Amino acid sequence: MIELYLFLVFMTVAAFIATEIKDLLAAVISLGAVGFSVAIIFILVQAPDLAIVQIVVEVVTIVIFVAVVFRTTHVDETIGKKLTSSHVLSIVGFAFFALLFFVATVRALQELPAFGNATMKVASEYIRLGLSRAGGANLVGDVILDFRALDTLGEATVLFTSVIGVIALMRSVGRKKLKA
Amino acid sequence: MSLIVKTVTTIMIGFIFIYGAYIILHGHLTPGGGFAGGVIIAGAFILKILAFGSEAIDEKKSEMGSSIFESVGALLFIGVAIAGLVLAGTFFLNFLPKGIPLHLWSAGIIPFCNIAIGIKVGAGLFSIFLALAAVKYVMTD
Repeated sequence: MIELYLFLVFMTVAAFIATEIKDLLAAVISLGAVGFSVAIIFILVQAPDLAIVQIVVEVVTIVIFVAVVFRTTHVDETIGKKLTSSHVLSIVGFAFFALLFFVATVRALQELPAFGNATMKVASEYIRLGLSRAGGANLVGDVILDFRALDTLGEATVLFTSVIGVIALMRSVGRKKLKA
Repeated sequence: MSLIVKTVTTIMIGFIFIYGAYIILHGHLTPGGGFAGGVIIAGAFILKILAFGSEAIDEKKSEMGSSIFESVGALLFIGVAIAGLVLAGTFFLNFLPKGIPLHLWSAGIIPFCNIAIGIKVGAGLFSIFLALAAVKYVMTD
């Protein structure tokens, strides 16, 4: 499991670089490093379905980000300003709540059962009955499209709503052409 | 983009599309499924626009087409669910015969759900990309 922690450290460093670096293209590449590390972690914990989805979604989002950076600006001008007292105050406040959250999380996580021994017995029922009840060899497909199909319908509705939102925001009605 | 990018795109785009269709159709047998395959198919179209520019396609027609495909995918998915309600009495019931496990024609309604989700996700992501890529307008006020 040591490689899992190596990837977690790498992801933390890459995420920090992505927020702090001035060149936006480098920030996008760091973000891609985080996303592909997530994909590798999914493979390490034996979740190939999620790894495939993570890889393809990461590629598409990185492509969109790179297209946006090429069309707009390369330099992030919002970072690197002088530190004022309000900045310091907000950083101290954030650090305090982060510490509080960390302590609470550690205490909560110690109460959880060990990895692979969940308290809920639903998952083992799905694994036992998946092939006979749903009939699909891919157990993940059995769960999301047979046992939990209503959840998948909700997920599809979320995507549908977001597409409607984007098209409504970016529609050409009521705007005039930038160039003839 | 350069001639190299355009040529490689022209060769690869069909293979990417076929791979996406394979991921969708084998969603009940191998890792993957409607969502992953749909994103791959959307990626094939996005690659074409990136290589050839948004002038290469008819934006209005493409946006109309992807919107129609997305709605058709959503309606297919709900249609499978309602077919279970009408024919067998329960919403989303797997009412079709299960077939032999590990064969392509198995698992009842799951392949049909995968196809519907694949159409929906592919067209949905592509229409988001089209809406964002085709911004050539400014607000009047």
